[in-house]
Amino acid sequence: MAKAHMQENNFAAMRQSIIDGAPDTASSLAQEALVNGIAPLDAINDGYIPGMHDVGEQFAKGQMFLPDMMASAEAMRAAMAVLDPELRKLGTERPMAGVVVLGTTKGDIHEIGKILVGTMLTAHGFQVHDLGVDVAGEKFAVRAQEVNADIVGVSALLTTTMRNQKGVVEALVKAGLRAQVKVMVGGAPVTKRWAEEIGADGYAPNAMAAVELARQLMQQKSQTVVELP
Amino acid sequence: MRPKLELLDKPLVERILDEAFQLIEDPGVRIAPYVEDLLRNAGVTVKDGVAHIPEALARRLLELVPQEFSLYDRGGNPVVHYGGDDVHFDPGSSCLNILDAETEQARPAVSSDLVRLVQVAEMLPQFAAQSTAMVCNDVPAEIGDWYRLLLVLWYSEKPIVTGAFSAASLHTLIDLLAIASGGGEALRQHPRAIFDVCPSPPLNWSEFASQNLVDLARAGVPAEIVSMPLAGATAPVTLAGSVVQHAAECISGIVIHQLAQPGAPIVWGGAPAIFDMRTGKTPMGAIETVMLDLACAQMGKHLGLPTHAYLAAGDARVIDAQVEMESGMSAVLGALAGINMISGAGMLDFLACHSVEKLVIDAEAIASAQRLIAGIEPRGESLAVAMFAQTGLRGDFLKLKETRALFRKEQHFPSAVIDRGLASTDGTSPDILQRARQRVDELVASYERRSLAPEIEQELIAFAQREGGKAGLEGLPGVLGSEYVQEAGLIP
Repeated sequence: MAKAHMQENNFAAMRQSIIDGAPDTASSLAQEALVNGIAPLDAINDGYIPGMHDVGEQFAKGQMFLPDMMASAEAMRAAMAVLDPELRKLGTERPMAGVVVLGTTKGDIHEIGKILVGTMLTAHGFQVHDLGVDVAGEKFAVRAQEVNADIVGVSALLTTTMRNQKGVVEALVKAGLRAQVKVMVGGAPVTKRWAEEIGADGYAPNAMAAVELARQLMQQKSQTVVELP
Repeated sequence: MRPKLELLDKPLVERILDEAFQLIEDPGVRIAPYVEDLLRNAGVTVKDGVAHIPEALARRLLELVPQEFSLYDRGGNPVVHYGGDDVHFDPGSSCLNILDAETEQARPAVSSDLVRLVQVAEMLPQFAAQSTAMVCNDVPAEIGDWYRLLLVLWYSEKPIVTGAFSAASLHTLIDLLAIASGGGEALRQHPRAIFDVCPSPPLNWSEFASQNLVDLARAGVPAEIVSMPLAGATAPVTLAGSVVQHAAECISGIVIHQLAQPGAPIVWGGAPAIFDMRTGKTPMGAIETVMLDLACAQMGKHLGLPTHAYLAAGDARVIDAQVEMESGMSAVLGALAGINMISGAGMLDFLACHSVEKLVIDAEAIASAQRLIAGIEPRGESLAVAMFAQTGLRGDFLKLKETRALFRKEQHFPSAVIDRGLASTDGTSPDILQRARQRVDELVASYERRSLAPEIEQELIAFAQREGGKAGLEGLPGVLGSEYVQEAGLIP
């Protein structure tokens, strides 16, 4: 009973360290957890991820701000840096929600939004391959094929570079991958209407919504029978 | 007295400038291979694609920039004066979407939308210049930049604020301008257009932007730096910090430009914005964005340079009280700051959408701003005493000849877009959007295109057909066949 109570307290502290955006605390709590025999997967699922979830929700409500979220993402990374190696040692893996290839469009070097989306997706169990900034459509397609991606996420901050999101959809079509890869788009000037216009599968206005969208797209994928030639 | 607004005191101006000079030296400015030799030959250290520009060199080159120059209309008259505190407005540039007048929804813009906007802006004296306002989605993307310019040249006689979408296409745009001006030398003597060139924040002159700076300088076509620090995202979160970055981007651009061609005309301009920490959007209507614009322009003025800013735009997605409050406020503040060219009118939704109806409403705010900066003038030897001498305490000023002689100078009369109680006597009145629509229809109906010289029209059309044909363009969307078939004699 006492141990369970202690665990609950630990989980609450982990959660709070993410909300506070405190990487040092998140990291030392992870180390403590290992010393105390808490399973790394439990620490992640019951401690840190609920913290990230809270952050995402508060952000969506306008109660937390982008710099807060960046700090939370940093805290999450610090905790995972401690827990990931232990997970591997134990041979346990987090159940994977899906494989996502992310990047900003050709000509666009602004990656804050994309980093946040990547962080939130990782926190929620997606395997994220971040191609960085200024990425041509063909590169998205090549990596999507390499990692057998479920979803490609394309970010753009500027109206001028937003046009290149279309090029990513086209590159996936050209590579013959469009049937199995879902495309989601985002960025300051992007709208749902734009997503529809360029033939993307979805648009999310913020990082938390991107997680929800990615989950929906995975669900759509599992319901779609892809007929191979 | 001309009313004037400044946001920075002298010590802060000096600090901003001092830090901007520090930044261009260390960490330096990322530049493209295209300009590496140009900079090295001037004694700039370039390492790993980063130029470390010494303050002394930058200061020397800043001295070479013309403090003023003009843009010319089709008839060769200097109608836009960059320099001093002269203020001009032009519609916002390069928008992808238009707010459909019928559905009130945004949709991709097409050639006929741009033509309509150009015709309306042509009829409004508030706009001293046109802009290549929209990207026409009914023409192939690769010719999108010069095709806009073709339409503006075809339908407008005003100077043009434009820009290229790539290093290579710049030359196509310059060729088009040269045709319309009657040759490259004529264009150099009487530049009809100015080209926006955008560094990538922070402190990065991309291949495309570097090349544009150099090529414009050498072609003698004015360049307008549009530096756009986004405070808190791609620039320091503090307004003062972002103004430093803006200054560093402008100064480094001017270094490249003046090394390519000393004395070539260039404008200290920008489209800075704050980065909204809740949404990641960049609100043009935020007062802090306006403060950035004003402070950045003040820095340019401090250096004695012509200035530009992006104002008179708003962020709501429809024409509503918010978008017009934001646009009107920033138009007035920009005018008070004495910014030479203020771009942005007509735009809404974070610059993602244009609206011709909004343009005519903005024109009213601009007219008010222009009236404001005309200031309060003493007219005649007596301000009031002489008029009182005639009317005494009867107060019948309406009968005085001074009243009749001076009221037009004192009062600006807005169009019917502004409800001053003229619209109806039965208490009902069309709302602002209906009034704007009506005004647009009236302006378009009264617009009459004036042809260019037949040989120039023929050359423009041949050029457009040839270059457009390479990209698979069919016909010339937006240009009515009847406008050029007979004149240009292309079709028997």
